[in-house]
Amino acid sequence: MSANHDVQTLPPDPERATLEGKNKFIGFWLFLGGETVLFATLFGTYLGLNRSVADGPGPGDLFHLDLVAIMTFILLTSSLTSVFATMAMKSNEYVKMQLWFGITVLLGLAFLGFEIYEFVAYVDQGLGFTTSGFSSAFYALVGFHGAHVLFGILWITTLMLQATKKRINLTTAPKFYLAGLYWHFVDVVWVFIFTVVYLMGIVGGGGH
Amino acid sequence: MSQAKKYTGVMDWLTTVDHKKIGILYLVAGAFFFLLGGIEAMLIRFQLMFPMNDLIGGEAYNQILTMHGTTMIFLAAMPILFGFMNVIIPLQIGARDVAYPFVNALGFWLFLAGGIILNVSWFMGGAPDAGWTAYVPLSTDFSGSGVDFYVLGLQVSGIGTLIGGINFLVTIINMRAPGMTFMRMPLFTWSSFIASGLILFAFPALTVGLALLMFDRVFGTAFFDPGLGGNVILWQHIFWIFGHPEVYILILPAFGIISEVIATFSRKRLFGYTAMVFATLLIGFLGFMVWVHHMFTVGLGPVANAIFAVLTMAIAVPTGIKIFNWLFTMWGGQIRFNTASLFAIGFIPTFVMGGVTGVMLSVPPADYQYHDTYFVVAHFHYVIVGGLAFGLFAAAFYWWPKIFGRMLSERLGKWTFWTFFFGFHFTFFPQHFLGLLGMPRRYFTYMPGQGLELGNMISTIGAIGMAVGSFLFIWNIIVSHRKGAEQAPADPWDGRTLEWSISSPPPEYNFKQSPLVRGIDTLWLEKMAGNKNVTPAEPLSDIHMPSPTIVPLFMSIGLFIAGLSLALRNWLPDVFQNAGIEASATTVVYVGAGVGIGITLICMLIRSLYDDHGYHIHVDELEDDGDKGVKA
Repeated sequence: MSANHDVQTLPPDPERATLEGKNKFIGFWLFLGGETVLFATLFGTYLGLNRSVADGPGPGDLFHLDLVAIMTFILLTSSLTSVFATMAMKSNEYVKMQLWFGITVLLGLAFLGFEIYEFVAYVDQGLGFTTSGFSSAFYALVGFHGAHVLFGILWITTLMLQATKKRINLTTAPKFYLAGLYWHFVDVVWVFIFTVVYLMGIVGGGGH
Repeated sequence: MSQAKKYTGVMDWLTTVDHKKIGILYLVAGAFFFLLGGIEAMLIRFQLMFPMNDLIGGEAYNQILTMHGTTMIFLAAMPILFGFMNVIIPLQIGARDVAYPFVNALGFWLFLAGGIILNVSWFMGGAPDAGWTAYVPLSTDFSGSGVDFYVLGLQVSGIGTLIGGINFLVTIINMRAPGMTFMRMPLFTWSSFIASGLILFAFPALTVGLALLMFDRVFGTAFFDPGLGGNVILWQHIFWIFGHPEVYILILPAFGIISEVIATFSRKRLFGYTAMVFATLLIGFLGFMVWVHHMFTVGLGPVANAIFAVLTMAIAVPTGIKIFNWLFTMWGGQIRFNTASLFAIGFIPTFVMGGVTGVMLSVPPADYQYHDTYFVVAHFHYVIVGGLAFGLFAAAFYWWPKIFGRMLSERLGKWTFWTFFFGFHFTFFPQHFLGLLGMPRRYFTYMPGQGLELGNMISTIGAIGMAVGSFLFIWNIIVSHRKGAEQAPADPWDGRTLEWSISSPPPEYNFKQSPLVRGIDTLWLEKMAGNKNVTPAEPLSDIHMPSPTIVPLFMSIGLFIAGLSLALRNWLPDVFQNAGIEASATTVVYVGAGVGIGITLICMLIRSLYDDHGYHIHVDELEDDGDKGVKA
């Protein structure tokens, strides 16, 4: 077990240097495969129901490109900062890693704030969770993604707290790496939501 | 770090992360639910023994029928398979452990928690009654509170299955002994590997389906409510995108078991190993392409029906390859007819019959005739009982000595086989004809004078035969575990694969030294080369082991509380009111769900923050092999 003082001796890929790290690395990629199916099912549900607005508002009545563009920009930037954090972890630069993970978390929180604002605005315009097939599918898909963002924020924050004591070693390195991987995955899903839900919703109109 | 935390008695089982003990836990819990599902099956058969019978009545029948299907698939068949996979896979690939011992334990406790949630429903206003497929709007508008237990029980146990599947995948990818290439892996490990892949890609769809159904029931969303623009067919698509691969999740490991047992008891290498591997892969792949064959009569149109019909028929090709390879394995072999071997041989014609009716059902115009009749019931019981249950019995008799260190009685075993085998065919063969005569599925009774009496009577008598076979098996277990019963040697069957190279039952570290694998059927190769045991790949050294922990149990208890609170939403508020506590219905339910999820999250936090590095078993503590080793 590597103790805290021998930080200089980390191998080139510390997240995969131990058998346990390698297991986590493979297992997490597989887990993301399962998550892909999960989101694919939600996307399928949304595509099946997005025209079914019943008496409620539809995508064309609600979505505004400027708001979604800002959210997309924030989340994609957070992916970049998490890359910087992972690179800092690989080169064993503790302070830099914490800094970049910290910025990632802040960007995630900003995104979540916008999403909550967005949902509140839609509810004000008459789009409740139970309004129509469209509304249920919309909140399920986008809300589920939001829950993933929230989980990522909590996860990375926990790891940052743990890192203040344990720094970067062969046990913590896989955890940082996987949290970064998870964050990218959540961002990639957002790119699909941006396209399928928002762009198609605005361009395709829908609603009244 | 080198000091092992030791627990004894019940605590040992509650805290274990040893894959062999978790495997036994799966087997015990799975067997319990198998008995429960079997009792439900018997009640169904007794209800249908006579026309216009009023033994249990329609309402109870719907619940028993639903719980029979749900229990057998989710709480009996899969867990028993998981039990064998847990014990055997690491041994077959020469590993000391699975990839994630902690996650493995968590998977078991989640499955058990979900199973208990489902069965609590019996005492809380009735069990689920919408069929195991829970079709909407039956499961939303026309069912009682039982479906809440279905949705939440399956959700909790489904998470357990998913993480269990990932654990097996990583174990097989990353924990193989030196020389154990993919194309040298035993067929049971191969088929479990592919089944685990199916779990990974099928179960998340079920997760979403159950969540949407829960939203519709608990919060009144519109996913499946046509009045608000929802779509009822959506449920069928989501359910069968999960549900069809589920069939292969069950049957592929059974194929693997049959391959092992037939090769061992024919004293021959499995014929067409490579073809077997690729046939299994192909079946797994095609399993995802055929879900619409459950929906031919929904009205998706001739194009969709034709495409899915052809894809469904295509599955018969790799399956046929497997059947012929088993026959060629036996051809010219020195076949030993013991119980395990009999179940494996009985599997072949039985499963072929189920496959043939499957091809019949895959023809859409014909399916319009068979749909929702007892013909379908006969078909899937030929596949799942005649295929999977026969496979599980073969596995039980084959691996029992390895897992428990005791031999089962062959005399009782043969009685089990013959009563179960004939009981099975008497039960389900007449159901083909009942279906063709027009007897519908899921109905609790039928009219006299329509030619359905004789078939139903024979079917019920056959079911009694299966029950007798099952009880003989239990009796066999009791007898073999009494004092003075025969201890199992390391290699009772003159086996071919690595699990037979270590003592029965295996020590907690499995292999004292990682074995060096030199080909397919490693142990057999070593025996043929005149070696007493498998060549080690490493010098004798300290062995690293994970520590036992109670955290997985508490994580499951958290989700159990959360799931049960949501499922009891119609019932909990009354309890509070009767106790004189002022609380609104939703408050009670949300507090319960919040507390439960909170417990689970806190457990996750604890697990994340405290790194447990396990302990070492030192060289001088490793037990001496003595005469337990393999004799060639």
